[in-house]
Amino acid sequence: MTPTTETAAAVSARALDLAAEPGLEAFGSDPWWIVLIKAVGIFVFLMVCVLMMIMADRKVMGRMQQRHGPNRFGPWGLLQSLADGVKLSLKEDLIPRTVDKVVYIAAPMVAAIPAFIAFSVIPVGPEVSMFGVQTRLQLTDLPVAVLLVLATASIGIYGIVLAGWSSRSPYPLLGGLRASAQVISYEIAMGLSFVAVFIYSGTLSTSGIVEAQQPVWFAVILFPSFVIYLITMVGETNRLPFDLAEGEGEIVGGFMTEYSSMKFTMFFLAEYVNMVTVAALSVTLFLGGYHAPPPVTTFWPDAGEGWMGAVWWLGKFLLVMFLFIWLRGSLPRIRYDQLMALGWKVLIPIQLVWITAVATIRVLRNEQYPPYVTAVVIGVFFVLIVAALWAWGRSAERARAESDAELEAERRAMRDNPMHGGFPVPPMTAPHYGSSVAAEEPRFQPASAHEREEVSGA
Amino acid sequence: MELYTPIFVLGGIGAAFVVLSMVVGALAGPKRYNRTKLQAYECGIDPTPQPVGGGRFTIKYYLTAMLFIVFDIEVIFLVPWAVHLDALGMFGLVAMVLFLANVSIAYAYEWRRGGLEWD
Repeated sequence: MTPTTETAAAVSARALDLAAEPGLEAFGSDPWWIVLIKAVGIFVFLMVCVLMMIMADRKVMGRMQQRHGPNRFGPWGLLQSLADGVKLSLKEDLIPRTVDKVVYIAAPMVAAIPAFIAFSVIPVGPEVSMFGVQTRLQLTDLPVAVLLVLATASIGIYGIVLAGWSSRSPYPLLGGLRASAQVISYEIAMGLSFVAVFIYSGTLSTSGIVEAQQPVWFAVILFPSFVIYLITMVGETNRLPFDLAEGEGEIVGGFMTEYSSMKFTMFFLAEYVNMVTVAALSVTLFLGGYHAPPPVTTFWPDAGEGWMGAVWWLGKFLLVMFLFIWLRGSLPRIRYDQLMALGWKVLIPIQLVWITAVATIRVLRNEQYPPYVTAVVIGVFFVLIVAALWAWGRSAERARAESDAELEAERRAMRDNPMHGGFPVPPMTAPHYGSSVAAEEPRFQPASAHEREEVSGA
Repeated sequence: MELYTPIFVLGGIGAAFVVLSMVVGALAGPKRYNRTKLQAYECGIDPTPQPVGGGRFTIKYYLTAMLFIVFDIEVIFLVPWAVHLDALGMFGLVAMVLFLANVSIAYAYEWRRGGLEWD
């Protein structure tokens, strides 16, 4: 309802007013040296995290596989990754003759630099006193902070694509394509899992989202979103079980096959910094940020105050990081078609239904509809979900029946004709070998339908 | 603008570190010329002289990219709506459900026609 007499200046002033979200007054007023201290602090934290994470990855994986892991360099092998880094920097910096040189050199930078930027909006703690200045333990906050994290993640994909393309070599090209297709697929599910959080928080600023979780964490209220975020977070960072981009058995090193020395290290660094970022984001959006968990706050009300907040944050963050290693130690790598099917056919539809349900219930409650309306709506959603599950089960049943029939036909063909399927290698039991091997027995006994191993998601 | 300046500071530190370590890596390592070392890596066999398949690759990736654009726009459309859902109320909800239904029809069609199969 803009009156026609309103001047352009007034309109733009009002637009600016709308752009300035409330709650960001605590930011943007730090003296320059505090900004510098925080920025350097974040950088050091990221580097230490990456070094420790690589080491912990190998140590914990070792323990999960009944072995020791690296334990030679430094106490308990703590300095192993530092030694690896120095070694990598002293390696020959090869640039293959065929590559597109400019893009080839730019790609590791494009992958690594945005990875650092994303952490600037992560709230690590509440307001503390730093050298006599009251400041938040967060570099900065924006009205669009979560979008900044998503944007930097997207820019990081360019590094992967460009690396794969500029190498002019089959394996990197395939690896780059695979990685980019995977990351963009999971980015959609990730973006959708944020939407439910935004409905509840009413803001995109990370500190605002943390404050909105004061009584209950979003991981509790929005549990499906949290689970899907955890899955997409692993997919986004190309970690096992989703590390198809660099499946050693198939495409060597993936997009970084042609990279060596520090350029290779930059991709490695970017991957681990991205892990740190998505883990920190999960703490921010779902696990209550720097607030102490609710049971603790009942008997220790100011548990999350001051520097203690950073301790709680670190604890939650390390738990999520451990989850990465745990998944890697427990799960086998999935197939590429399963990966894409999980992203497009499972995560996205679930998210769409879930977002609609959350929004509907929230609006009904806000507008004070009588409770039976909400009950009816929940019932409708429930019926829809059951119907969808039933349809899905039926189509799965049909697919299984089809493949069973195929298998049965194969069995019959093998029984009737010993040379069935004998090309290019004739079966050992083929009659013309004329050996003592009985010709009647089929060379291969396909397992019967009920004892066949379940192949899911294909 | 003060909100955004610290991001550039952190980005600057990151960029300086990345560039510096790449320069150090290029200078510190040995340089021993070997013709074979400079070939593209293909498990030891002679590298393919041209880009694989004339630089073409399977259409699946294009399809995924196009789908991504559709859904990414959907996500971007959902974000401001979600932030202001309480203010938009029932009108906003109905509008968004209609939009989601629209997108879902195309999505179901694509699924049915096998656009999401990967083999």
